[in-house]
Amino acid sequence: MDTAESATTVKKNSKFKQSLINFFTDLYKINQFILRFFREAFVPPFELKEIVRQCFEVGVRSFTLISVTGFIVGVIFTKQSRPSLSEFGAQSWLPSLVSIAIMRALAPLVTALIASGKVGSSIGAELGSMRVTEQIDAMEVSGTKPFKFLVCTRVLATTLTIPILSTYTGLIAILGGYLNVSQNEGTSWSAFIQQVFEPLTFVDFVASLIKSIVFGFTIGIVGCYQGYNSTKGTEGVGKAANGAVVTAMFLVFIEEIIIVQITSWFR
Amino acid sequence: MKKTQTQADHSNPVISIRGLKKSFQDYAVLRGIDLDLYQGENLVVLGRSGTGKSVLIKIISGLLKPDAGEITVLGHNMEQITEKELQDLRVRIGFSFQNSALYDSMTVRKNLEFPLVRNRKGITRAEINTAVETVLDAVGLSQTINQMPSELSGGQRKRIGIARTLILNPEVMLYDEPTAGLDPITCIEINDLINEVQQRYNTSSIIITHDLTCAKQTGDRIAMLLDGQFQRTGTFDEVFDTDDSRVKPFFDYNFIH
Ligand SMILES: Nc1ncnc2c1ncn2[C@@H]1O[C@H](COP(=O)(O)OP(=O)(O)OP(=O)(O)O)[C@@H](O)[C@H]1O
Ligand SMILES: [Mg+2]
Repeated sequence: MDTAESATTVKKNSKFKQSLINFFTDLYKINQFILRFFREAFVPPFELKEIVRQCFEVGVRSFTLISVTGFIVGVIFTKQSRPSLSEFGAQSWLPSLVSIAIMRALAPLVTALIASGKVGSSIGAELGSMRVTEQIDAMEVSGTKPFKFLVCTRVLATTLTIPILSTYTGLIAILGGYLNVSQNEGTSWSAFIQQVFEPLTFVDFVASLIKSIVFGFTIGIVGCYQGYNSTKGTEGVGKAANGAVVTAMFLVFIEEIIIVQITSWFR
Repeated sequence: MKKTQTQADHSNPVISIRGLKKSFQDYAVLRGIDLDLYQGENLVVLGRSGTGKSVLIKIISGLLKPDAGEITVLGHNMEQITEKELQDLRVRIGFSFQNSALYDSMTVRKNLEFPLVRNRKGITRAEINTAVETVLDAVGLSQTINQMPSELSGGQRKRIGIARTLILNPEVMLYDEPTAGLDPITCIEINDLINEVQQRYNTSSIIITHDLTCAKQTGDRIAMLLDGQFQRTGTFDEVFDTDDSRVKPFFDYNFIH
């Protein structure tokens, strides 16, 4: 009994130890992957055509969903904020509130989460199936650089495109907010826009931009890492796609918290 | 078509392997491989499923690292090779994958261009087109140039895979089961293609297979992988002139049933 108990404790212990070791080796591998990106991405020859193509892919894949979601977020947020403001008779602050919420937080976050789902998963699945069917090996043995052609282009594409998409989401959401406000308070477009831009500072724009860039980079790197290192077998592809979404979303939230904390020091 | 015997230059191995060992976890797949591939010959590697044939050529092309042993490929010691040298070396070696490994997202034309434009700096559009048409013609699939890999049959995919490696004019060809899963007539066509490549491009080749017709038609020399080592090498008749219970079933299955 006693020995059996201690045996299970040892087993538990070694299992815990093993998962801890796995965690740190993963961390090390991701680190190597990111370093490799910086080593290879900025050395010619550049796969410019492929980068442009990937940018379009990222944009096209998420465009519809982002448009719809952005608009709905704008309308709903405005609608839900109205009662609390009107309690203090402060409906006239509604445009400013909407603009701050959307530009500082909602637009980059919503865009990043949607892109994690749409873009991250498809990058993971695409590279995963290329790994499983030995297409990546085939590139390697023909003297071409698969990392550069597949990973660097995709990471650059998400890093460049997500900020643009975020800006677009913000504008669409504000448009949604405007439609709601003009319907209820009858505010004119010019008055609304003036109130929208009034509370926004330079720090807000820079912080949002940096945030979107970080999110874009994260989505690209995570998707590529999962796909590029996916294991053999078709289930490896599913795992890569799924892992890409879950990890990217998780990291996006963590980064959001960190960046908000840092920007608050500059305000 | 029976192969015309090629005179290989036995003083000049293009690939030389000594004491190669490779294990995965606890399972020793390759347990001391010695092998020479001579200039101009077709060497057939026979062996059962899972004996490590694919692993062997992946090690030769640097996709996998050996645990022990010395490997020299076209004068390069694979242990001391730098990344740049390895890349240049790989251009000189053609690798035809077991499952063809065509790039799904690209047309046949783009598949063939892919290695070419990235390895020949300053190549012109006209030169690229000529090269693509030449190799497609060599494998007899000119009409597929604008098709996607998903639209091709298994045999066609194999040939496009071979064409994609030929476009770089390799000195060494590694074929991983070129005839697996194909009908007998297509098999014969592929075998002829392999012999034609040997003549036309003057390549030295390793052909992995468990199809004895393929071995007989293409091989100048046969090496049989048994228990992680090459235990029988020689001409086709020499290898199968035995009562070894690990070798005989191969022959019986292919030619008696
Ligand atoms: N990357 C890998 N990781 C772990 N084990 C592997 C790996 N590659 C191959 N193996 C193992 O090595 C052994 C030999 O595999 P290999 O693919 O070389 O067989 P093969 O001789 O080519 O067989 P087949 O004729 O079926 O293609 C198998 O048992 C396989 O499980
Ligand atoms: Mg194999």
